[in-house]
Amino acid sequence: MTSVEALHRAKADRPADPIAAAAQPMYAPRKHVYPRRVFGRVRSVKWAVLMLCLGLYYVVPWLRWDRGAGVPDQAVLVDIANARIFFFWIELWPQEIYFLAGAMILGAFALFAVSSLFGRMWCGFTCPQTVWTDLFMLVERWIQGDRNARMKLDQGPHGANYWFRKVLTHGVWLVIAAATGGAWIMYFNDAPTVTMDILTGQASVQVYFFFALFAGFTYLLAGWAREQVCTYMCPWPRFQAAMLDENSLVVTYRDWRGEPRGKAKADGVGDCVDCFACVHVCPTGIDIRDGQQLECIGCGLCVDACDSVMGKLGRPKGLIAFETLKNLSASAAATATMPAGAARFKAGMAARQVPRFVRPRTLFYAGALSIVALVMLGAFLMRSTLDVTVLRDRAPLYVRLSDGAIRNGYTIKIVNKTHDDAPLALALAAPDGFRMTVQDVEDDAQGRPLLARRADGIAQYRVFVVTPAGRRLDQETPLAFRLVDAQGRTVASQSTIFLAPKP
Amino acid sequence: MPTKIEKDSVTGQETTGHVWDGIRELNNPLPSWWLWTFYACIAFGLAWMLIYPSLPGWRGTSGWIAREAVVADVAAAQAANAPMMARLRDATPAQIAADPDMRAFALAGGRGAFANNCAACHGAGGQGAQGGFPALVDDDWLWGGSLDAIQHTIRHGIRNTEDDDARTSLMPRFGADGMLTNAQISDVAEHVLSMVGRSTDAAAAARGQVLYAENCAACHGDRGEGNREIGAPRLSDQVWLHGGSKPEIMAMIRNPRLGVMPSWQGRLDPAIVNMLTVYVHALGGGE
Repeated sequence: MTSVEALHRAKADRPADPIAAAAQPMYAPRKHVYPRRVFGRVRSVKWAVLMLCLGLYYVVPWLRWDRGAGVPDQAVLVDIANARIFFFWIELWPQEIYFLAGAMILGAFALFAVSSLFGRMWCGFTCPQTVWTDLFMLVERWIQGDRNARMKLDQGPHGANYWFRKVLTHGVWLVIAAATGGAWIMYFNDAPTVTMDILTGQASVQVYFFFALFAGFTYLLAGWAREQVCTYMCPWPRFQAAMLDENSLVVTYRDWRGEPRGKAKADGVGDCVDCFACVHVCPTGIDIRDGQQLECIGCGLCVDACDSVMGKLGRPKGLIAFETLKNLSASAAATATMPAGAARFKAGMAARQVPRFVRPRTLFYAGALSIVALVMLGAFLMRSTLDVTVLRDRAPLYVRLSDGAIRNGYTIKIVNKTHDDAPLALALAAPDGFRMTVQDVEDDAQGRPLLARRADGIAQYRVFVVTPAGRRLDQETPLAFRLVDAQGRTVASQSTIFLAPKP
Repeated sequence: MPTKIEKDSVTGQETTGHVWDGIRELNNPLPSWWLWTFYACIAFGLAWMLIYPSLPGWRGTSGWIAREAVVADVAAAQAANAPMMARLRDATPAQIAADPDMRAFALAGGRGAFANNCAACHGAGGQGAQGGFPALVDDDWLWGGSLDAIQHTIRHGIRNTEDDDARTSLMPRFGADGMLTNAQISDVAEHVLSMVGRSTDAAAAARGQVLYAENCAACHGDRGEGNREIGAPRLSDQVWLHGGSKPEIMAMIRNPRLGVMPSWQGRLDPAIVNMLTVYVHALGGGE
């Protein structure tokens, strides 16, 4: 049996449904999902991840990082107005935005690698949609009760109790949404200041707009849309199939062990007692026993639900498990002709192999990840905090002076990413006789022009280089400008050329 | 019309009836909220069209017009610059050049004003242009390269009829009006070339020297040093506005071309004239 058939076998084996045989509706109806509370290992991990992610998200803007006077002291800040990104000790300029692009490429390859190894781990555990929906469901359960209580509440009567609980739920959701939108704004503004501004009504229209935008969408997506986001809006489920293969660990129902379903005490039936625990806890409202589905976000809550039922029945856990499709096929093949029972379970489990984590696909993703990481690291280590750029005048290419001497003009920019503004001397490396003058600048003790630099900014100077009159010149003479600090060290240099008319 | 709608045996899903090379397309309908989102987008678009000037002739209910927004932005920028502009208007070019704030503002603003008003003749970088448009980047000035001289030239222009204070001077048409023969003009040109060591005919240059002293030296100086009072170019340097070859020099003696520059004092804000003065002075040839 191929893995593709294994995916859909359960559904195909079911008898034709007379209702489904009728013409489908134009639009898919929304089935409200009432996920039940669940306990277990996966759930614990998910709570831990949720607390970590939310904790980071809400706390990071409040971390401080002293950078000296006149510079923001927020550890992580995207300062749009001043075009700077602050990340602890790193301060990025707009031209270094490729670090952000590199980080995104890293994130993408990490996502591909994780998907090829462990399936939709991102979707089920760390995706903001999952994290906030989990949080909103927690609030919902605290106020309206668990699955059955919520279903009963929604059925009515819609009296005072109903409205009290619904209004309270949505109120708490809105508070969380507001905190979420507020925290987002804090990554772009000084957190304490913008918090006070928002609370006292003094923030700018932009701040209120984005605050409301993110708060509104948090409320809408985590409170109302939920699994619809994953099923219909998100592109990731659509192309994740390209990253998964038969060796990826995915949330799977071991049908070779569970089928045929039946009562716990019945004879000749598999381990699945058809209790629907897996369906009731599913946040997207699907039946994992139907095989791999687009809607499955791989959160593994059905694993916990089934394990607790199997535990109560005294049967081995893992009827629903993180399993590779290859092992699933192997187990199914080994037990195809065997009747339900302990022997079938043993044979099926024995047919499994350790998942192959090292395979061309994962090696490729790991390789790409390493290359991007190395390039990023190299770029970061070689990142200069002081640059000199030399722009040679193009109009005119050269100037002939009245005594016949040739002059070239240059614009020199000192790009200073540090907060040190000690002046630097400019030195010209050129053939003898080439003289340099810099507009609006004093010379230092050695007769070199002393250029002030701007702390965390760009200082610009006009430089003229003149050759002696009557000197025979090539059309192109190489030159270099060097910036020399007070200790005589060359801190930056840039080569350029000197142009002269055709001899 | 798809006619072969059937149920897919593997998924239990209906097909759309479309078949490509034996591959049947499953029908996975969208949820209805997606449709409502689509309708909401249309409603948003219609509201947008109503509120904003979306169609020719329709000004929108909000009264917001992009053109007026730009006018308001420009007015706001001008208001922000107004104090500095007032300072630039009242200061002399020398005061502007000496004050770092005013100088930086004048250089930045002068660049824009130069591109708008001057670059058409003098080139984007002040390099001048063929046909008698002088370079402003070099150290050779017809009417003077000091801040005050540059300011005067920009304010009043050269040889125009619109400004009584325009710089003006005239060079006789030695050839066209029959004052010198062609041979004499050739001799004078030879002498002019000899001033910069490019003469090839010493005898002609010597003959020309006499003619030069009689006809040219009054304006251009005994040794060709020129006279900025009357805009007479220095002839003893390497910069030739109308070309430095002998035929070009002869053509200028025969029938001189005299440059004209408009007066800018009525056209530009005095502050902008001052900014241009400082900018041109800083191009590389300022004195």
